[in-house]
Amino acid sequence: MSDAAHQPASRPKPFAANWGARVGWCLLAVYLVYACAQLGFSAERFSAGVEHGQRFLARMFPPNFGRWQLIASGIAESLQIAVIATFAGILLSLPVGLMAARNLMPAWVSWPTRGFIALCRSFHPIIVAILFVKAIGFGALAGVMALIVASIGFISKLFAEAIEEISAKQVESVRATGAGFLSVLIMGVQPQVLPRFIGFATYQLDSNLRNSTMVGIVGGGGIGASLFTAYQRFDFDVVLAILIVIVSLIMIAEILSGWARKVFQ
Amino acid sequence: MQTIEGPARGAADDPRALVLRGLTKEYRKGFPVLNGIDLVLPGSGLTAIIGPSGTGKSTLIRCINRLVQPTSGEILFRGQDLARLSGRALRNARRRIGMVFQEYNLVERLTVMENLLCGRLGYVPAWRAWLRKFPPEDIERAFDLLDAVGLPGFATRRADALSGGQRQRVGIARAIMQEPEIILADEPTSSLDPKTSVEIMEILGKFAAERGIPVIVNIHNVELARRFASRVVGMSGGLVVYDGSPQQLTDAHLKQIYGGENWME
Repeated sequence: MSDAAHQPASRPKPFAANWGARVGWCLLAVYLVYACAQLGFSAERFSAGVEHGQRFLARMFPPNFGRWQLIASGIAESLQIAVIATFAGILLSLPVGLMAARNLMPAWVSWPTRGFIALCRSFHPIIVAILFVKAIGFGALAGVMALIVASIGFISKLFAEAIEEISAKQVESVRATGAGFLSVLIMGVQPQVLPRFIGFATYQLDSNLRNSTMVGIVGGGGIGASLFTAYQRFDFDVVLAILIVIVSLIMIAEILSGWARKVFQ
Repeated sequence: MQTIEGPARGAADDPRALVLRGLTKEYRKGFPVLNGIDLVLPGSGLTAIIGPSGTGKSTLIRCINRLVQPTSGEILFRGQDLARLSGRALRNARRRIGMVFQEYNLVERLTVMENLLCGRLGYVPAWRAWLRKFPPEDIERAFDLLDAVGLPGFATRRADALSGGQRQRVGIARAIMQEPEIILADEPTSSLDPKTSVEIMEILGKFAAERGIPVIVNIHNVELARRFASRVVGMSGGLVVYDGSPQQLTDAHLKQIYGGENWME
């Protein structure tokens, strides 16, 4: 009470109450409770799930590398899918990203390109893979095509944003020498965006490696098919062996991409 | 009020002179930054344009090489109206106009040599720039220019590793690489310390004299303008209010250009 007396009456509240935010948080909490109830989550269901999970984990050990040849050929195919899709995807993303950059392109080029990129990104790679499997048949080609679409959707947008963030002054000075558009790109734009492009490309390779192990589940080639078969046959020890190989592959890729980023700083 | 006096008169007959007629630039309609500039800039020597910030000095210089698009008026240089050019003709005109920037505008991630060779981009096809297959005589000239601006041994240093004064030397060398018929310098010393400022002005003046080409310098420092310019143009409110020799530039003129007088004491 005495504290309040010290406050001059005329001062406004220093931290205004945000009623909109409070209502928002309350609504979110109510919805979470409602959604959990609707989906039948309960403590009993959870404990049953944990018990089931323990049995599942127990059957995974020890991992079974007995069919290593199958795993090796599947992983090799996944790797090929990932590398080809990343390479082609980046190659296609370079012009697409450039065309989407609003600081270098007129609006009638950049907006349709942005629409195309959004279209590429609107579906999960697995859905795109299903489309390609239906369209061009089972096998690695469908997987590669799906991941190319995913790559375009993701890195063209990042490329475009990187290009939009470059220093206009450096571009202006190159343009002032009478350089043509291509020369401005080569000497004024590319040096500014190269390190970020390399970074995005390695992220995309990483992402494609993970996705390439998945497209096989829907018939797009690679280790995913073996993984899915092992699940369905309840060969959980084989599943674990495949998972270990996938994790190692991703970790090796991580090390390599870190190294690549360092080289191009 | 426009006072065209002294050296301006005879300069109009010089075929190397730069003639501005009724040059107007409005960024927003009805708010001219340049309000019908009539100016004859001599075909040699250093012309300093002085005036308060925001009075259109940079706009004036940028209109000449068309980094800014003039709203109306003529820019006559060596038998061409630069204001009317577009496409290849504009690029060919730009490569004869060297430009030096306040913040140097070097491509930061390129080496000093690559930045110098940017000055040749108007002459060299893009694929040569991409593969860095510049003509050997250009590279030879670049080395000579590096010596001339006092940066021998800097060819392979990256631009972002240089100090301000070093960067501006590279900026000037890049402009000279274009073999320009005129040099525009937009506040070339504003980001530099007093000693370096003098050195930069000396280099600019030396190159201009050696090549017999005019230099137009926007400059805030009236003392530097008096010391190095053979001609001073004072601008205020988008108009030319003084055009004459530096010796004739009186405090009354400065008062008219900058307004007020307390700052002069």
